[in-house]
Amino acid sequence: MKENILKISQIEKYYGTRSSLTKAIDNISFEVDKGEFVAIMGASGSGKTTLLNVISTIDKVTSGHIYVAGEDITKLKGNHLNKFRREELGFIFQDFNLLDTLTAYENIALALSIQNIDIKEIDQRIKRVTEDLDIKNVLKKYPYQMSGGQKQRVAAARAIITNPKLVLADEPTGALDSKSSKMLLERFHYLNQELTATILMVTHDAFTASYASRVIFIKDGKIFNEINKGNSSRKEFFDQIIDVVTLLGGDLNDAL
Amino acid sequence: MMLFKLSLKNIQKSVKDYAIYFFTLILGVAIFYVFNAIDSQTVMMNVSKSTYDIIKLMNNMLAGVSVFVSFILGLLIIYASRFLIKRRKKEFGIYLTLGMSKRKISFILFIETLVIGIISLIVGLVIGFILSQFMSMLVANMFEADITRFQFIFSMSACIKCLIYFGLMYLLVMIFNAVNISKCKLIDLLHGHKHSERIKLKNPIFCTIIFIVFATVLGVAYYLVTGGVEKLQNANQILIPMVMGVVSTFFIFWSLSGLLLRIFTNMKKVYYKGLNSFILRQFSSKINTTVFSMTIICLMLFVTICVLSSSLSIKNSMTSNLEELAPVDVQLTKIIATDIDKPDIIADYDLSIKETLKKNDYDIDEKLKDVIEFNIYEDVTVTLGRMLGDSFAEVSTKYKYLGYEKLERIIKISDYNKIAKLYGNEQYQLNENEYMIVADFNSMIEIRNEALKRNQPLVISHVSYYPKYQECQIGFIEISSNHINDGIIIVPDSAVVDLNIGYKGLLANYVKTAKEERSKFDLELRDVVDKIWDNTSLISINTKLEIAEASIGLGGLVTFIGLYLGIIFLISSAAILALKELSESSDNKERFRMLRKIGTDEKMIHQALFRQIAIFFMFPLVIAIIHSIFGIMFCNTILETFGNDQLLPSIIMTAVFIVIIYGGYFLITYVCSKNIIKDR
Repeated sequence: MKENILKISQIEKYYGTRSSLTKAIDNISFEVDKGEFVAIMGASGSGKTTLLNVISTIDKVTSGHIYVAGEDITKLKGNHLNKFRREELGFIFQDFNLLDTLTAYENIALALSIQNIDIKEIDQRIKRVTEDLDIKNVLKKYPYQMSGGQKQRVAAARAIITNPKLVLADEPTGALDSKSSKMLLERFHYLNQELTATILMVTHDAFTASYASRVIFIKDGKIFNEINKGNSSRKEFFDQIIDVVTLLGGDLNDAL
Repeated sequence: MMLFKLSLKNIQKSVKDYAIYFFTLILGVAIFYVFNAIDSQTVMMNVSKSTYDIIKLMNNMLAGVSVFVSFILGLLIIYASRFLIKRRKKEFGIYLTLGMSKRKISFILFIETLVIGIISLIVGLVIGFILSQFMSMLVANMFEADITRFQFIFSMSACIKCLIYFGLMYLLVMIFNAVNISKCKLIDLLHGHKHSERIKLKNPIFCTIIFIVFATVLGVAYYLVTGGVEKLQNANQILIPMVMGVVSTFFIFWSLSGLLLRIFTNMKKVYYKGLNSFILRQFSSKINTTVFSMTIICLMLFVTICVLSSSLSIKNSMTSNLEELAPVDVQLTKIIATDIDKPDIIADYDLSIKETLKKNDYDIDEKLKDVIEFNIYEDVTVTLGRMLGDSFAEVSTKYKYLGYEKLERIIKISDYNKIAKLYGNEQYQLNENEYMIVADFNSMIEIRNEALKRNQPLVISHVSYYPKYQECQIGFIEISSNHINDGIIIVPDSAVVDLNIGYKGLLANYVKTAKEERSKFDLELRDVVDKIWDNTSLISINTKLEIAEASIGLGGLVTFIGLYLGIIFLISSAAILALKELSESSDNKERFRMLRKIGTDEKMIHQALFRQIAIFFMFPLVIAIIHSIFGIMFCNTILETFGNDQLLPSIIMTAVFIVIIYGGYFLITYVCSKNIIKDR
């Protein structure tokens, strides 16, 4: 029996007033097991970013429940939310969100130092994680001195260094060129396989999604389809994704 | 009309951003009003004519200072409005893309400035009006006038002056804004906030060297104005330590920012605790770009602290000196000049002052009591230069312009003891071959002590006298407001027999003690003396009341101008700091949002923000305080003649001003920044 990390049960998110209601999320339910690498695909406006926001507690659901490791996070408030975010979740954003005043090392360390972890421990963990992500040589650099790929790997290091139950990635390859994207995704794959990190990634890019073990498609706030990689190769999985995307139609096609 | 509405909405919307701007404008107007309204406040006061003259002089000087102040405020307002435009670049960019012309945008800004100007003027004047009532109590207290009929006074002239000066300033701001907008490019407006910051890392060894070099320069400058102050011979030479101080302040800020960061980064336990690394980087990234303004602010604070504490202490000690240094009501002096050929005056030389007065129908016995007469003798061979003896060569190279040829004042011991008894000062005994010197002017005491230590003999009529004491004794004869007795030689009575009289003196109290009565006596006596002056006698008059009024007036004048300038400087520097800090807040907003996303507690974020702003405000203040310690010591030396000995209360007063104004700006900055970084 696999351990359930994330359980989303019948969540809805409405915007606007009663007279003009927008359903950004319309009754979505799914589960993510420990050690899974799940991609959520959808066109812009499909509700995928809203979905990520409510899971990451940046936004609140209108109804329904979200359980992370058995805890209902829709009930959390104030500093419990912050505590949850800093201890249970790791974030990777499209625009990296590194602090421009800090070096790579300090950016990564900050995630631990706000948990009041001792510097010796911080140093050891950073050594380990930077080897895994191949960014040892940029630790002393500032964000503006790094390439986009390096920045995103630093952000990834910051996200996983706290040993979060769930890593949330919002269009992590959105601002990267194809070579850097590939390198980052291979690192994600490595983190997922070797360190059994659970990753939930939002993307509109089929190539990026093909690195996941499962892809959930969202359209107009609802789950449209879901495919598993199973034992197929990455190339085969990519073709399957393209098929679904074609089926979905709309502007997701344009994005390809 | 549409544009007008837009402007009003803009002000409403950005009232939080404008808080500092408003606060500064209102304070500026209020203070401007208060100091210019003193004029009308004092008209109502019950003061003597001489005091009134001094108040008039003060008002004229305050009016002059106001021009300077308005200049500073003008610069400050332009700086502040530039900051506000910067913050709203994106908004203007959107207007431009929508097809609004630059002229229309300028018009919007014009309306905004107008509205803000009018509101701040009204509020400022109201606050100024209230404050000026307290001010008039302060003025009355300072000039020791009794407020027999206190009433609220609104100074129309000060109000009109405010309107004109600030109207001009706002007009300047409008022109400046229009120019600023017309020069803007659309692309910069839209993407103006996205310039990513480059952090230039400084070489630590280079920083250390720079720091050590300029800390040494600063140390030398400090020494020059304190320990080595005697080497400064004229006013121009004070420029050297000043320039040294300014330059080294700049480089100390420059190097210290790099060094401190380096030190803290190496203290890993501290650095990687909570948000410390973030706070320190925030600070250092900013100080890299703001070393220059930090220097300016630090120097302005330094001037503020020195001006406030010195001017307040002058006032304090002037009033306290009076009781001690002018113990009797009146002193008359009859000069015995050898180069006069009017027979009446020469005939008068032989009369005592008492006799002269009686001859001129002034009834001394009815009006004066405790009368003492004394003679001051001179000898052409007894000059300051001679009295310095062996130490003359050394002293004269150090102080070139001391009157070494001046004849020394000599008094016989019995006369001195009579005076000392009346004053309540110590009385002395001298043996036949002894002399002594009394003085109370510190620098002269030091010079004379050198000679006394060497047992410098005094030769009068071929008889030698030797100092009874190795140093000057504290004492004086003439009534005055300050410690200005540079030395009187006291000799045994037998020594003066063959000496010429330099002048004759008379000290007395009036028979009546009430202030009004004494003032009447003053006028009466002055009338008599003025009438005979240069006709039949050379008697001059000096009274306790006149000394008191002159010195209180002078003290008040210095205090008010000091207060005025000090407060304006304080406001300016605090406002610049606050605006600088707030202009960073849009960048900070991004950074704090990132911190929130990775799960930092609100409490931690607020703490970080607070510390960040606190460091930013404290850094220049701390250095300014260190500067001020030496600056005040220097002022103390310069103002020694005023008897600048009550520093503590005035330093406390200065601290209160700084805590209220500087602290107020600090709090507003914190609250505004907190609002700006708030997650919406």
